Amino acid sequence: MNKIVKKEKLAERIYRLEVEAPLIAASRKAGNFIIARTGKLGERIPLTVVDSDLDKGTITLVVQEMGVSSKKICALNEGEYITDLVGPLGRPTDIKKVGTILACAGGLGAAPMLPIIKAFKEAGNRVITILAARSKDLLILKEELAANSDEFIIMTDDGTEGKKGLITVGMEEVIAREKIDECIAVGPGVMMKFCALTTKKHNIPTMVSLNAIMVDGTGMCGACRVTVGDETKFTCVDGPEFDAHKIDFDEFLLRLGGYKDQENVLLENFEKSCKLK
Amino acid sequence: MKQSLDYYKELRNEEWRVALRKNIKAKERIAKERVEMPEVPPMVRSKSQTTEVNKGLTKEMAVEEAKRCMDCANPTCIDGCPVGINIPKFIKHIENEEPLKAIATLKESSALPAACGRVCPQEKQCEANCFYTLKLNKPAVAIGHLERYAADYENNSDEKVVQEVAPSNGIKVGVVGSGPSGLAFAGDMVKFGYDVTVFEALHEIGGVLKYGIPEFRLPNSLVDVEIESLKRMGVKFETNFIVGQTQTIEQLREQGFKSFYVASGAGLPRFMNIPGENVNGVLSANEYLTRVNLMFAGSAEADTPVIKGKNVAVIGGGNTAMDAVRTAIRMGAENAMIIYRRSLEQLPARAEEVHHAKQEGVFFNTLKNPIEFLHESGKLNAVKVQHMELGEPDASGRRRPIPIEGKTEIIPIDVAIMAIGVSPNPIIPNSVKGLDISKWGTIEVSEETRQSSVEDIYAGGDIVRGGATVILAMGDGRDAAASMHKKLQAEMNN
Ligand SMILES: Cc1cc2nc3c(=O)[nH]c(=O)nc-3n(C[C@H](O)[C@H](O)[C@H](O)COP(=O)(O)OP(=O)(O)OC[C@H]3O[C@@H](n4cnc5c(N)ncnc54)[C@H](O)[C@@H]3O)c2cc1C
Ligand SMILES: Cc1cc2nc3c(=O)[nH]c(=O)nc-3n(C[C@H](O)[C@H](O)[C@H](O)COP(=O)(O)OP(=O)(O)OC[C@H]3O[C@@H](n4cnc5c(N)ncnc54)[C@H](O)[C@@H]3O)c2cc1C
Ligand code: SF4
Ligand code: SF4
Ligand code: FES
Repeated sequence: MNKIVKKEKLAERIYRLEVEAPLIAASRKAGNFIIARTGKLGERIPLTVVDSDLDKGTITLVVQEMGVSSKKICALNEGEYITDLVGPLGRPTDIKKVGTILACAGGLGAAPMLPIIKAFKEAGNRVITILAARSKDLLILKEELAANSDEFIIMTDDGTEGKKGLITVGMEEVIAREKIDECIAVGPGVMMKFCALTTKKHNIPTMVSLNAIMVDGTGMCGACRVTVGDETKFTCVDGPEFDAHKIDFDEFLLRLGGYKDQENVLLENFEKSCKLK
Repeated sequence: MKQSLDYYKELRNEEWRVALRKNIKAKERIAKERVEMPEVPPMVRSKSQTTEVNKGLTKEMAVEEAKRCMDCANPTCIDGCPVGINIPKFIKHIENEEPLKAIATLKESSALPAACGRVCPQEKQCEANCFYTLKLNKPAVAIGHLERYAADYENNSDEKVVQEVAPSNGIKVGVVGSGPSGLAFAGDMVKFGYDVTVFEALHEIGGVLKYGIPEFRLPNSLVDVEIESLKRMGVKFETNFIVGQTQTIEQLREQGFKSFYVASGAGLPRFMNIPGENVNGVLSANEYLTRVNLMFAGSAEADTPVIKGKNVAVIGGGNTAMDAVRTAIRMGAENAMIIYRRSLEQLPARAEEVHHAKQEGVFFNTLKNPIEFLHESGKLNAVKVQHMELGEPDASGRRRPIPIEGKTEIIPIDVAIMAIGVSPNPIIPNSVKGLDISKWGTIEVSEETRQSSVEDIYAGGDIVRGGATVILAMGDGRDAAASMHKKLQAEMNN
């Protein structure tokens, strides 16, 4: 049982939660995630540890309402509890001094990106961050990202804030004007696929953080498997970060939809039951 | 632990046993038929995820079956039991209508008789070595069924076997993993007086007993009874705690833990590395069983989804395969089949599970080996199999399956469940320095003491054996407790 000590709405359907988890706060590193479960019959879902506060013994999560499980977590109020929370999981980001980093965050990807750029910055890298979303109100963590970047660029598909266009447009511009030593992309699967294609053209080593479907998060089930190079890897224990140029993105995207039909039925039932209440 | 023949003889010569033996002539005992375990009919049980298949023996049936046991002077059955349960003694207590004494006997050697009576591969262990099997060529005494009877009797009765706990010595020991091995270890150590904490990565306690073996074979409530009794004796449980990640062994040492027992199991599922294996619809038995057993997917109120296939193929022939295929039937599969590369006779699963699976309508497609999964836009729709035949015996003595050149077949399916084995859980092997690991990824321990290459770390169960049985895992836990206790005691006295 982990208590929510602070809750804040960041954007439509996106919440920031500060949750008591002193052991995880102490041991987590950039790139780690946790698995949370709400309710006795709840689902186990992975969420990135966005930040931690050692004095308060809390970790910060940013959750976007997608289906039943994320909605249930977002419905919890300050003072209420997440039933189970386990972590830190996954390999931490490989932080080293490489020079200039191009960090590409799409939508909710801003949340997992924050601890990563913080760590790269601390390691002495120059960090250029591009935050992209469909529209202005979906841009989150702007100040935090900006504060931890040497340069911060905003892009929206509809041009309501920052530059208009897809994230890859912004990437091309940066790459054209200066040497990028490494790129990191976190966001929706399709976005990461196109970021990877863009950097491949320019031979820039690129790392992505995959949001595969998971159950246990400890390497026990294989639900999170992904093809990297010629090998099958488990995202929860071998990742979540992988060399973007080796990932079979088409397979990854198909697997993300693996339970879509079932999820939709669960969501309909859930929404019906909410209306009844 | 197995004792000397003299020890068994001495107990056998106790008055009550001598008298009991005289009651019925050997000839009459032998003439009795093995009592049949009452079962819920296949058509009824195959519609329920939770209805236990075997109903258990009645008192009359149990006493009648116990009478078959000859109380042999040389009880060879004990040789077949990995933890050396004094089988004739507990059976004679049942014959004598004292089931509580029977359970007390069982508990001298086994931590979870209610589970072992249900899931031990008896036909390969105790019952394979019964006098009836070895000398009479008749069905063995139903040792497993009787064990279950005694355990259930205690569970359903207000009288309980009292377990003595030594006064606390305040020494902290940690257990990694709450499967049968960790639980058995914890039980013994708390009785010796230690301050025991069991760390479990999942949100539930019980390991494979909870997330793997389905409710229709081993009800969770039975495991919970044992966990509750451990809690009452003072064992602490920390769920959602991954040793090596939430905190390391090193950090736990700093908090005063003197020694550790690693029973982290063999959780890593294997795949075949054939084309199409990552399409939607192909999943590991661990994933499937975890979704259904741990997360209750399939029940209307649960948030975890599961794919309910119409035509389901389970690849493999062990207990995990049987559990997966029978679960698929209960989830509403119209056709459920086992695809196994060897022959029916070579299936490694418990005979009873194979028998029950057949009754429930599982089709055994043997001497076939999958070579490719076919799909339409990322969704599984068929498996291509290679036909096999049996060749020369291999190292294991079993005839090796070899492909029949050019003979393949395409079988339409919408779900494929891979149950071809698991590898040791890598978290502890990867996170502890100085731990000797075999090339299979198992932790190396001394056969005698269960101690690893790191002095304060002991290990047992599947993380050491790669994949074994519930009873072997428990036996390791008990052996490790005995030897860790001996070592810590010696250190205390110094
Ligand atoms: C390592 C890792 C870190 C993550 N970090 C965060 C985080 O910090 N914040 C956050 O909000 N989410 C994060 N996610 C994604 C989050 O786990 C999913 O959004 C969540 O599991 C959805 O569950 P649900 O029941 O609410 O929705 P579902 O009913 O499961 O899904 C609703 C819809 O979303 C799609 N979907 C399902 N799972 C995912 C997924 N993993 N990614 C994208 N789409 C999915 C489904 O196809 C469906 O259409 C992370 C995932 C991983 C693997
Ligand atoms: C589906 C299935 C059916 C089976 N049927 C039978 C049968 O009929 N008869 C039989 O005798 N055997 C059967 N077996 C085998 C038997 O269940 C195992 O041999 C036995 O459970 C091994 O016990 P264990 O305690 O070593 O490990 P497990 O039961 O695997 O328990 C290990 C526990 O450790 C936890 N863990 C792992 N790493 C960590 C960590 N770092 N920190 C904290 N916790 C951790 C895991 O989450 C898990 O709960 C079956 C197995 C399966 C999968
Ligand atoms: S524990 Fe298993 S092998 Fe031993 S007597 Fe019981 S059923 Fe037989
Ligand atoms: S070998 Fe069979 S008959 Fe003899 S004591 Fe053991 S169970 Fe009884
Ligand atoms: S989530 Fe189960 S193996 Fe990764």
